[in-house]
Amino acid sequence: MLGSITVLLLFQLLGEIIARAFDLAIPGPVIGLFLLIVILLRRSEIPKQLDETATGLLSHLSLLFVPAGVGVIAHLALLGNEWQAILGSLIGSTALTVLVTGWVLQKLHKGHRDGA
Amino acid sequence: MEPNFQDVWVYLSASPLTALTATLVAYLIGDWIYQRSGKQPILNPVLIAVCLITLILWITGIDYWTYFEGAQFVHFLLGPATVALAIPVSALIRSLKGSYRAIAIALFCGSVTAAGSAIVIAELLNASMQTVLSLAPKSVTTPIAMGIAERLGGLPSLTAVCVIMTGIIGAVIGPYILNAAKITHWDARGFAMGVAAHGIGTARAIQINKQAGAFASLAIGLNGLATAAMIPIAFALWQWVSGG
Repeated sequence: MLGSITVLLLFQLLGEIIARAFDLAIPGPVIGLFLLIVILLRRSEIPKQLDETATGLLSHLSLLFVPAGVGVIAHLALLGNEWQAILGSLIGSTALTVLVTGWVLQKLHKGHRDGA
Repeated sequence: MEPNFQDVWVYLSASPLTALTATLVAYLIGDWIYQRSGKQPILNPVLIAVCLITLILWITGIDYWTYFEGAQFVHFLLGPATVALAIPVSALIRSLKGSYRAIAIALFCGSVTAAGSAIVIAELLNASMQTVLSLAPKSVTTPIAMGIAERLGGLPSLTAVCVIMTGIIGAVIGPYILNAAKITHWDARGFAMGVAAHGIGTARAIQINKQAGAFASLAIGLNGLATAAMIPIAFALWQWVSGG
């Protein structure tokens, strides 16, 4: 487990270094994510230990958003007198996005399967 | 000897240990309520935990930054957890075998809807230009969204607030919408949650189904890149059209 945590941290660090060195808008962990995908795809299989650590960490992913979520309440004043417009836009747009994305992918998958 | 509650309180209100413990306890309570309710989407564990901690901070008068000193140990793990998404995503890419076209089309439709509908609805509700620009990248994972907002001329801190709110809204209402629209495939459900509600939506998808979680993880990364590339181009086009 210690080994696989170190792997994750190393890739994050590498991502941060690349993001800063080239002044990219993409965050370090996301660059680290893509580098690790590339490395893992070149191997014949995913190391079992890494798989177990990742599954463990990701099963509690929700928990990791709690501190930032509390921050939202602390920063509600930022919404100011436009909060109705912001809330309306967030709810409407999120609902539409879930609907459109899910519907398109399901339709295309069905077409693919029926055609094949 | 009388126990000295004053000293105990001074220690507790400033120690990272209290904030860290409170975060975990609040989340466990939220998860317990969620499981006991038969996994009702409205009783999202993150939403319950956030409300509980806000209530505690409000009652005790502890400010957010004191709380965050302790809670940052949990917050820090978001970085390694993001990198860890590489494991389900690479397993998924291996198993995809040729349905890349469907994914690419769904991603394009989702990204355009996420940014486009946020802009249109905010404009219709008379939001200011700066607010509209801050809302545009709301479906993208926080650090990428803040970067996009900054380049567009929005307010990055307002964007961060909108992004987290989007995640919670998506995690709460997403499953109801998918059920109502009879979207039953786990891959379509997961991908929709990832595109619309980034990490918080993905966290929710991972808890429900492994396949849905892998598609949602793929969606966060792809949507981040697609939106980072598309929004500035779209705005340049729009300014060119409207500016004549």
